Amino acid sequence: MSTSLLVLTLYAAATVGLAWLLAGYMHRVFTGQRVWLSPIIGPLERGFRGAAGPAASRAQGWAAYSMAVLVFNLCGFLFLYAVLRLQGALPWNPEGIRAMAPDLAFNTAISFVTNTNWQAYSGEVQLSYLAQMVGLTVQNFVSAATGMAVAVAVIRGFVAKGDGRVGNFWTDMVRAVLYVLLPISILTAMLLIWQGVPQSLGAYIRASTLEGASQVIAQGPAASQIAIKQLGTNGGGFFGVNSAHPLENPTILSNMVQSMLILLIPVAFCFLFGRMVGDRRQGWAIFAAMGVLFVTGLLLIHGFEQAGNPMLTVLTGITGPNMEGKELRFGATLSALWAQATTAASNGSINAMHDSFMPLSGLVMLLNMQVGEVIFGGVGAGFYGMLLYVVLAVFLAGLMVGRTPEYLGKKIEGREVTLAVLAFLSMPLGILVLSALSAVVPAGLAAVQDAGPHGLSEILYAYSSATGNNGSAFAGFGAGAPFHTTLQGIAMLLGRYAIIIPMLAIAGSLATKRPAPATAGTFPTHGPLFVTLLVITVLILGALTFFPALVLGPIAEHVSMLGGQSF
Amino acid sequence: MNEHIRPALATLGLMVVLTGLAYPLAITGLGQALMPQQANASLIERNGRIVGSALVGQAFAAPRYLHPRPSAVDYDAAAAGASNLGPTSAELLALQVARAEAFRAETGAARVPVDAVTASASGLDPHVSPQNALAQAARIAAARGAPEAAIRSMIASHVEPPLLGLFGEPRVNVLSVNLALDAAFPLAATLPETEG
Repeated sequence: MSTSLLVLTLYAAATVGLAWLLAGYMHRVFTGQRVWLSPIIGPLERGFRGAAGPAASRAQGWAAYSMAVLVFNLCGFLFLYAVLRLQGALPWNPEGIRAMAPDLAFNTAISFVTNTNWQAYSGEVQLSYLAQMVGLTVQNFVSAATGMAVAVAVIRGFVAKGDGRVGNFWTDMVRAVLYVLLPISILTAMLLIWQGVPQSLGAYIRASTLEGASQVIAQGPAASQIAIKQLGTNGGGFFGVNSAHPLENPTILSNMVQSMLILLIPVAFCFLFGRMVGDRRQGWAIFAAMGVLFVTGLLLIHGFEQAGNPMLTVLTGITGPNMEGKELRFGATLSALWAQATTAASNGSINAMHDSFMPLSGLVMLLNMQVGEVIFGGVGAGFYGMLLYVVLAVFLAGLMVGRTPEYLGKKIEGREVTLAVLAFLSMPLGILVLSALSAVVPAGLAAVQDAGPHGLSEILYAYSSATGNNGSAFAGFGAGAPFHTTLQGIAMLLGRYAIIIPMLAIAGSLATKRPAPATAGTFPTHGPLFVTLLVITVLILGALTFFPALVLGPIAEHVSMLGGQSF
Repeated sequence: MNEHIRPALATLGLMVVLTGLAYPLAITGLGQALMPQQANASLIERNGRIVGSALVGQAFAAPRYLHPRPSAVDYDAAAAGASNLGPTSAELLALQVARAEAFRAETGAARVPVDAVTASASGLDPHVSPQNALAQAARIAAARGAPEAAIRSMIASHVEPPLLGLFGEPRVNVLSVNLALDAAFPLAATLPETEG
């Protein structure tokens, strides 16, 4: 147990340290300063500006910035959909994999454009190498870069001096890929190959085992895609079982590196925020609020998984951690760590099967997603999501003392709060309404694998994951039929754009306001009081919305389990 | 909207070429040139024949071999998968009870290790726990007509410790033990013909 805690502490220290360093670098990148990579990347960037025209560099207001996001994501969606539909006729397809069905291609294209990477398909069965590279890998980069760009624009709105400008989407997006995502991905991909992740365009391998049986081993250009899937909090695996697959995550070292990459950029955004607003304590305050929620969830999942399944002990006398759906090399500790990291950040990759985790571990994972993926969250997306709660928290604080709320010198008024509530409502709409629909329609219920309360948990998990743009699953849930591919597609769109647009609108509104100097009456937003208020706001608004549904799912299952009731 | 079309197409074009083609192909070239063994799925050959990957688990059922963990997909490495059953699933619990009974009957072990009754996440777990492997030593020894102590010490020599003594779990790679068993304790029938 003490070894486990040491492992988790070392992981956290290393991740935060690297994120702190990366934040300094990202600050230079997003404020247009020279960095050590500029001599190499600069010419490429200038060439791009020439091709893209003047619209790619002039400062935009929030509306133009939002429109640029939407147009670019729409183009990406159409391109990816076309690749998936045409893969059977395109090269680099040694296994002769055929075109994806229209509804599944729709679901998959939305999934990757929105940085969700929900996988209603299985990579080694349904995707050619070309579709993995030109289709999915590209969206892994640009959907992550879109999130980073929007977050940087939202932060600019909080610091702007009244001109209403939030930056240029094309510049931000291209710089995020060229200076941040691509260099780190190259290093990671080489490290993963060294650890045993394949990177080849050759066909699947036909082995004949010592007992004379034959075994077909799927492989392909995996390492390059896995590097960005972790770094960009995308999470879509090269193989269907994601980072539980021994060729996607072969060693303890590959596991620790991938676990760290999940949180690297999301954590760095806290520190980047502090630098951009010119007061690093503001970044540390948000980091502290996210950190408290993260560590609490981690310790809970870790405890439940280490304790194991009491029903198994009663029936067989076997004691030990819950190892169903877990890889032996990772054990309960590294599986619990990954589960917490991947659901807190909206990564969605897995190294163990979440469907087989203990009921209350499932509850923690569900909550991580349902509060809106703001406990570090997706690259960029987690940070602007948390700023939504910040707006609501200072509004609540303002109500309590009867003053107009302020944050970083900007008055938070009716327009900002209305927009924040609008964005907040997309989570219950996508999760509760669509889950409820799935739970009463026969086509929706057909996907449920487990009987009893766990079946409801499977539905809730699917829609929490889609709306939160997470992408992990209770994978017993059969998400491949048209009912769910379509409904999940809608949930993913809702969870992405119904938050991006209101957040950019808030930023645009704040960008037109001149910051007022702090006075004796200003509520300080960098101390423990504010951190506590922010944590409570997340828990009250986020958690209470979903509490009734969670009682019927994981909590009912836990109580049944203690009573020895199986289903 | 029209002002965004040109930059959108330019950006998408740049990204497809750079991150969809140049990046994965460059990594493929580097990987194949510098680390061909790993880049091609860490294959193991014996007598010129591919017997599997050092990283991917396989099914073993014969008494003379070390057996892997249960697999929901029977070690199909072209379609990996798990049971995905929840902890209160009656189906899962019945499976686990049956596996525990089978393990006891086969090994005579009093304590059944938890990894012997649970299916892994990938269905391709290449490892078993040291306890699981050692419990199988007597069966392997009987099938090979070899001393049990020798089998136990061979298994013990294949235990991989946690990284830096901290990260991950101690484990035994099933395929690598079975290759070593075949090399050190060949069955009479598979002995190379030496006389005459």
